[in-house]
Amino acid sequence: MVWVAVTWLVLVLALPLASVFAGAFSQGVRAFAEALARPEVLHAAWLTIVAVLVALVVNTAFGLAAGWTVARTNLPGRGLIRVLVDVPVAVPPVIAGLMILLLYGRGGWFEPLLERMGVDVVFALPAILIATTFVTLPFVAKEVISVLEESGRDEEEAALMLGASRVQCFLHVVLPNLRWALFYGLVLTAARALGEFGAVAVVSGNLIGQTQTLPLYIERAYANYETVAAFSAAVPLTLVAVLTLVLRGALIRRRVRADAVVNAVPAVDDQTIHTQGGMSWT
Amino acid sequence: MSREVFQAAGAGGGARGAILSALPSTRFARRLWPSGALAWGFTVTVLALLVLLPLAAIIVESRGAGLQGFTRSLTDPVCVAALRLSFGGALLSAAVNSVMGLVVAWALVRCSFRGRGFLDSAVDLPFALPTSVAGVTLAELFGPQGWIGGAGARLAETLGVPALASVKLQLSYTVGGVLIAMTFVSLPFVVRSVQPVLHALETDVEEAARLLGASPLRVFRHVVLPSLKPALLAGFALSFSRSLGEFGSVVIISGNMPMRTLTGPVLVFQKVEQYDPAGAASIAIVMLAASLVTLVAVAAIQSKAVRRG
Repeated sequence: MVWVAVTWLVLVLALPLASVFAGAFSQGVRAFAEALARPEVLHAAWLTIVAVLVALVVNTAFGLAAGWTVARTNLPGRGLIRVLVDVPVAVPPVIAGLMILLLYGRGGWFEPLLERMGVDVVFALPAILIATTFVTLPFVAKEVISVLEESGRDEEEAALMLGASRVQCFLHVVLPNLRWALFYGLVLTAARALGEFGAVAVVSGNLIGQTQTLPLYIERAYANYETVAAFSAAVPLTLVAVLTLVLRGALIRRRVRADAVVNAVPAVDDQTIHTQGGMSWT
Repeated sequence: MSREVFQAAGAGGGARGAILSALPSTRFARRLWPSGALAWGFTVTVLALLVLLPLAAIIVESRGAGLQGFTRSLTDPVCVAALRLSFGGALLSAAVNSVMGLVVAWALVRCSFRGRGFLDSAVDLPFALPTSVAGVTLAELFGPQGWIGGAGARLAETLGVPALASVKLQLSYTVGGVLIAMTFVSLPFVVRSVQPVLHALETDVEEAARLLGASPLRVFRHVVLPSLKPALLAGFALSFSRSLGEFGSVVIISGNMPMRTLTGPVLVFQKVEQYDPAGAASIAIVMLAASLVTLVAVAAIQSKAVRRG
């Protein structure tokens, strides 16, 4: 059983991973460095980083607001908010891109308004940002909601009764409790934003040196038979993906250890760490 | 940004807190009301603009060409073939991942071996790896020069057995390539949904069955499998939904030949590029409905399992 599992995982995971590096360095380190230093690669990388940063900022704000609304208020629409937060996961990326086009593109609902304002959304930076934010919307919000619901109001009420202001209560009680959930949600957001392909491919126009992100560049380079260029650009993205897995493992270990302390569980074996993290990607 | 929202909400409160009565919950809710209203307003605005409005747009636009246009784009042979490949491929890859995911979950939970923790983290690689990176690596691996795609020819040369050259492992730009990409990107779902259930499962019933003389296969079928069924179904559905909508890796490895290797999402993409938004929306709405129904089913399966559990 173990051998079947290990062979399968090595075959489907290790081989692709190894082939990224084999492809990137197949013409030597020099060719790899030159492929990465191309101006269109640097521009694509910069654009991708901008999209990731915007997704992180918007998701922090939205995640906290959505979490607070669902777990700490009794305002109407909380059930609907919970459902809508999950919707982007169910929408295939190309269809997400299509939705944005139907709103902001040629003949779209907002076209007259945007024209009057003189703003380009589709085939420009705003559409890339909207697409990236849409596909990453659930990650932080879901983490924050689940932690706020789990932790309850006791600590916050205690702080308020002891005379803390609302701001103090938020900064010193709510935020510290949320720290790791927020961080974990942001790690997932960054990983997804960095690699988003389908939605961005539809709305960005894929203009080299203008609206081409790094994942789009990789596809285009490979289609043009520039294998070394494609794999070289894939190396930084692959390294971030591996880093994401390492961070995720560390955060799950942390959470299980914290649970063990709170519940006075004597010992945590390796198994619990790997199966009871309770964190999901989707 | 949201910190400012909360601070702004708090700024109007003055030196509060000293006169709090001992009625925490209602008092608490009232005290936090302004920040709650702000959070609610921001959440609702973002969701309306980013989720509700786009959903409305795609529903309205798919009816833009009328019922006739809708059925015409869906009954077009290219579209029928693409949808058949997407749905069939997603079912097949979800089935493969269910079997292999069960084996992997079993090994990770029930067997102890060196490198288990490492392997456990590695299972999530397909989620973390950008889909276009997955696409180019898989296309290269299964291409004519690739480690796997070129293995037959290379073996034939080194071993001097020409017959091996006819071993067909060049799956890039074939339906096989589409299946490989779908299987790769949806690999972790079944493992991750079965793993916690398997871990929580007590082994005493299995031991009892074994002591009473049941064969390992019989124990698995009659004792283990029934408890794993909800998790397995949920993993299958998630895997199916992801494979159905997969674009990045499939568009690179499939070659996108109409009637042969063109999938639904790629067809939607092509319709968009040909400035046919109504046609794109008609196909998209079918795929979106399938995906949403699948995920609602998952939620139902999971909540049922929780209630029973």
